[in-house]
This record gives sequence, C-alpha cells and structure tokens, in this order.
Amino acid sequence: MTKELFEVKTGLAEMLKGGVIMDVTTPEQAKIAEQAGAVAVMALERIPADIRRDGGIARASDPKMIKEIQKAVSIPVMAKCRIGHFAEAQILEALEIDYIDESEVLTPADEANHIWKHDFKTPFVCGATNLAEALRRIGEGAALIRTKGEPGTGNIVEAVRHMRTITTEMANLSILKTDQLMAAAKNMGAPFHLVAQVAATGKLPVPNFSAGGIATPADASLMMQLGAETIFVGSGIFKSEDSEAMAKAIVQAATFYDKPDKLAEISEGLGKAMKGLDMIEINPEDRMQDRGW
Amino acid sequence: MDVRPEYDDLTIGVVALQGSFAKHAFSMGKLGIKSRAVREPEDLKLIDALILPGGESTTMTLLLEEEGLWEPMNEVLETMPVFGTCAGAILLGQQIDDERVRCFNKIDYIAERNAYGRQIESFKTSLIIPTMLDHDFHAIFIRAPKFREIKPSVQSLAVFGADPVLMRQDNVLVASFHPELTEDPGIHKYFVDEIVLNSR
Repeated sequence: MTKELFEVKTGLAEMLKGGVIMDVTTPEQAKIAEQAGAVAVMALERIPADIRRDGGIARASDPKMIKEIQKAVSIPVMAKCRIGHFAEAQILEALEIDYIDESEVLTPADEANHIWKHDFKTPFVCGATNLAEALRRIGEGAALIRTKGEPGTGNIVEAVRHMRTITTEMANLSILKTDQLMAAAKNMGAPFHLVAQVAATGKLPVPNFSAGGIATPADASLMMQLGAETIFVGSGIFKSEDSEAMAKAIVQAATFYDKPDKLAEISEGLGKAMKGLDMIEINPEDRMQDRGW
Repeated sequence: MDVRPEYDDLTIGVVALQGSFAKHAFSMGKLGIKSRAVREPEDLKLIDALILPGGESTTMTLLLEEEGLWEPMNEVLETMPVFGTCAGAILLGQQIDDERVRCFNKIDYIAERNAYGRQIESFKTSLIIPTMLDHDFHAIFIRAPKFREIKPSVQSLAVFGADPVLMRQDNVLVASFHPELTEDPGIHKYFVDEIVLNSR
C-alpha cells in the first residue's frame, strides 16, 4: 500500500479527534447521536451490553440497517466485522462504510489471523490491550487504534488499564538505545520498524482513541487525560436513563476534558448512567478483551 | 523556511472544540509562530487571527453554540483574518441548506458537504498553486466539500479538475483539503505573511 493511501486513512481519524463516536442500532438513535454532536456513529445490530446478555454468535450487521443509518446522518458511519472475517469486511467496504472496526465485540472468525487490512481502501480501527498488540494491528494496516476496555460493562477499569499499559510501554521504549530495539521487538512480538518508530517519536504512528466501558462525562475526561484523543461510547449512551442528555454531556466532556469546573456543570442532573458490571461478575471466558491477540 | 521578526508578536487562535486543531497548531509552530486554543469567548480577545480546522461541521456548530462562541466569533470575523480548512471552509461560507450546520457568511459561496462521496472517495493529489508556492503542494482531501454559486469577489488560488479548492476573499482564506496534515507549512505561511501581517 502506498504512503499516500495510509495518510488518507489516518486523515479521517485526525478529523474525529476531540470527539465522541457513538454506537447506534437504528436510524433514530443515529439522529439522536448526530444531534448531540457525535463526530461519527458505529452502526451495529445490538449494543455490546445486549450482545453480552443475549449470548450466541455476534456477526456483522444487516446491510439494510447500515444503509438506513447512512441515509439518516451526514457524519461518518462506521461498522464492525468479526476478527479475521475479511469477507464481512469486503461487504462493509462495498457498502462504503467510512471506517471498519475489526472488533472483539463480535464473535471472532479466525483464531490465528487478523484481517490483512492493507488490502482495503477503507480504513480500519482495531482494539488493543497493550503496545505490542497495537503495533501488530498497525503492521497489518490499521489506521486507528483504540483501547479494548471491556465492552458492554459501563466499567472504565479495563480501558484505564489498557491505556496506561500502552503509554507506559511507549515511555519505556523511548529510553532504549538503538542497539536494544531489536531485542525489544523480539520480546514484544511486534514489527521492528514500528517499535523503532515509537521509540523515536514516543507516540503511536496512528491516532489513539479509547473504547470499552465509558459511561459518564467524567469517564470521557479520565480517558482523554490519560492520552486518548477521541472517545468511543458503546452501551453507555443508549443504556442510560436520559440518552440525549448523556450523549450531549459526553460530547462536551471530550472538548472540556481538562476543565473540572466545566465538567461539574456538564455532569449535573443527567439521570442514571448505565447500571454496569463489575469485572468479577464476568466469567473469564466471557471477557471480550481476550479475543484477538 | 525563514522566520520573520514580525512573527514574534503574533498569536494565531485555533478553534479547538473538535477536529484537527492540534495539527494546525503544529503547522504554526513549524513557522515559529505562537498559537492559542480557542474554546471560550475570552480566548478571542487574545489572538490576531483565527483558524477554523477540519472536523465535523455538525459537531462544531453545536459546540460553538453551546459555548456561546458563535456570536462573538461572528463579530470578530467581520475584521479578523481567518483560515478555514474543510469543515472550517463550510462554516465560513453562506448558509447551506442544512439546519444541522450554521454558517458565518464570510465568503461568497455555498458549500456542498461530502461532495466527493464517503471516505472511500477520499484521496491525495498534487496541486499547483502558482500565486503562492514555487513547488507542488501535496493535498489530502478527506470527505471534502465542493463549492457552488462562487461570486466574483472570491479569488480561486488552486483548482482540482474544474473545482476551486483553495480560495481567498479579502481576509478570508479557505481550503477544501487539509494543509495541516502535510509536512509543508507553505499555505499557513501565505496566510500569515499575505493576510494576517498585511491586515495589521
């Protein structure tokens, strides 16, 4: 793939910075998200909290539903495919989806291989729990990385762990000497050229967003202060008591994440946030963040 | 690139509600020029010129109104030099037929959002900008707008195909692409040298 195409792919992620990307399941929800100031929507049949509750195999969404959402809003529309399911991704590209999320929220299709994303003109976002995982996805062609967190829980603890891990590991790389980088790449299991690039610049070669458990304006602020450049909110909006108010508040929080007095105003009287799940309530085999590698 | 002594007293405001504002600040930094994030009305008093970055025009409209920035910005833009890229170029034009976006009517055209299509139609190309640069400019177009009903008061500085993509009207400079995403700060330099410094 040419450098030009990669710049065009990361370019859209640059435009989404300082914003909020919201999961929506209907054109009506998509309109609510757009009116609240979402920079993009993620079209999917069930939000992660419901996928978790219902069980079964979670697959890419019905093209009809995706098209209806594309028609309802003017902002970019993203959609998810299963990890390794390049045929689902090809279908999403044919639908002219703006960003494909190769997502652990859906049931993985390939236990060994993620999609070779360089083959696509549509940009991909992928989840990561640590730096090596992020660099493997970028090596495969991802133009945007997000923390995995633990989707559908309304519990921020895993997203925090993943963001802190990634930033700490980047800081650790930046103090290494050149002759130590190959060993670092070997130990991490990440592509050498990307390890060297992070060591030199101190940051990911693509934008770094956060997802998985964000449920309040304060959660959004926390992730932005920890280094996220944009926030994905899945279940946190349409599982809250007053979705419109929550959506609007999280949008404002992504802009004023470093102004506590403003955040206090924004957070007032929003009604109940989603109920959420403690990590000990989730069986280890049900953890979505462990899907993919 | 030469750093001019006049740059020392300049502060360029970058509307930092959402979008590629950090990249614009970085471009100004490359020229040795200070920038300031504009998120509240008070910030407008501390700047010499304004940049409206790329991003989502619907989101920016909402945040501009929510923060009470739209009206004061509209007022300062009567005289203050401004550079709008992509979504910023949409907002600076005449009101488009879409209630989700509120335009400032500071340059005489009507923007058509996402006119090239969705992200899959986004592209990079080389532009010739004879009045501005002695080299080609690598321009990245992301879900870019086109413009119609362009009045003679608007000067086209570069075209892609038949479409003007870089335009100026008095103190207003607009690009439908993203100069902030490329290494070359040539267009930012033109904005400062030819528009901001000349208006003082």
